[in-house]
Amino acid sequence: MKCEHCSKPATVHLTDIVNKKKREMHLCQECAEQKQLMVNQEMNLSAIVQTLIGQHVAPSDELARLTCPHCGIKFMEFRAQGRLGCPHDYDVFRAGLGPLLFSFHRAAKHVGKAPRNAPAEQPDLALLGELRTRLREAVDSEAFEEAARLRDLIRQKEAAG
Amino acid sequence: MNLETLTHTSGEWLRGTGPESDIVISSRIRLARNLAAFHFTNRSNAHQKAEIEAMLRERIAKLDVQPPLDYINVPHLSALDRQFLVERQLISRELAGADGPRGVALAPKETVSLMVNEEDHLRLQVMRSGFALDEAWQDIDKVDDLLEQRVNYAFSEEFGYLTACPTNVGTGMRASVMLHLPALVLAKQIEKVFRALQKINLAVRGLYGEGSRASGDFYQISNQVTLGKSETTILGEIRDVIPQIINYERQARGTLVRESRQALQDRVSRAIGTLRSATMMTSEETMDLLSSVRLGVNLSLLGDITIPRVNELFIQTQPAHLQKLMGASLDGEERNAARARFLRTKLREAGPNPN
Repeated sequence: MKCEHCSKPATVHLTDIVNKKKREMHLCQECAEQKQLMVNQEMNLSAIVQTLIGQHVAPSDELARLTCPHCGIKFMEFRAQGRLGCPHDYDVFRAGLGPLLFSFHRAAKHVGKAPRNAPAEQPDLALLGELRTRLREAVDSEAFEEAARLRDLIRQKEAAG
Repeated sequence: MNLETLTHTSGEWLRGTGPESDIVISSRIRLARNLAAFHFTNRSNAHQKAEIEAMLRERIAKLDVQPPLDYINVPHLSALDRQFLVERQLISRELAGADGPRGVALAPKETVSLMVNEEDHLRLQVMRSGFALDEAWQDIDKVDDLLEQRVNYAFSEEFGYLTACPTNVGTGMRASVMLHLPALVLAKQIEKVFRALQKINLAVRGLYGEGSRASGDFYQISNQVTLGKSETTILGEIRDVIPQIINYERQARGTLVRESRQALQDRVSRAIGTLRSATMMTSEETMDLLSSVRLGVNLSLLGDITIPRVNELFIQTQPAHLQKLMGASLDGEERNAARARFLRTKLREAGPNPN
């Protein structure tokens, strides 16, 4: 696509919706800067996300037909709204999401904090979390016998998982 | 929590204290978290939202934080009170305007705010006056640790904390620092700063975040990337760049004082003069004039007003604050008259003579 103002390739795509009227702009970097789009016209994050989704997720037929079995959202709905339906979507739509995540974050894998009660890949982990909470409560209230019992139970479950 | 008591103060972020507080207004960190067992908020029906809200409210009530948090049921609030909390940056516009069961838990000093059923099930926020990102991180990390003992977060080894919008996935963290940069604006240097920041993937927004323009010369600088960098790395990137911007602003202020002291003094005096005598005042004009006054106080061009007082006026002249202070709902024109009256009174209390 070419810039609306000159003939260079358009790299900035803006979609504005004002009073339910849709307005699209396709500009090259220089014209966008000249028009101070990035400064005066507030950067609209969701519009940018939409653009990224549009650019990077060319849906194959397979992807277009994909529906999350957990929350029922279709990949095409996500593509239109920019919001996922449930945590499982990250797995279900992996093929479509990967390129999008990479183009936005320049990374593919999480680095940083993780919950210490690592949750729920297996159903048992929910129970483990619950047991750990009870253990902490037992320690806090100095119920040490109960705490020891819970600690052993947790170790057992951890070893089994 | 009685919202009326809040109207007379400025809250944590405009308290006007803390490191570099002549330029850095506040530091804020927000974490996005979701419950593993539920659909995201936008995909949940009213019944599920009620279930999520009830569960989180109960878990939050049991959190071991001192002093305890106050839980506010947002649908029970009037539109005015919701707007009031938005103006204080205690809830987002999205939470104020959403449908269905939702709420916010607040620390009495307004440093902590936990939003329930926003775009994500939980949005944790910690705010500190001045340049204090590390302290803000320590606080929010602790609240997050306490919560994760009680709820099962949606998390994957690969993608980190799973969020409704893929732009937040990973750490789910948005750290931002709000700066007052009037001299860079006057010197027309501000866009250079923006471009430099965009190159290193930091976002610049106005006072009230996404989609709000930078009124009063307030700018929020925040990270865009949430995946593939640890919280420490992200905070470090922001922490490293802020002193440079502070430095630019100080240089620009120095140049203004050296090279155009009279014009600057005139600008500041006109600003305080207008604020002390106008009879109609829009919110926008108020912000612009107060920005000049704030600059004048920081450069000792105005002696009889303190920064906390100026900060207070910034927040108290916002539409919802003003209406609550006046105890009446006012339309645009009435509001502009009331705002001018309020400013005249407040600034007369502060001293009659700008020089």
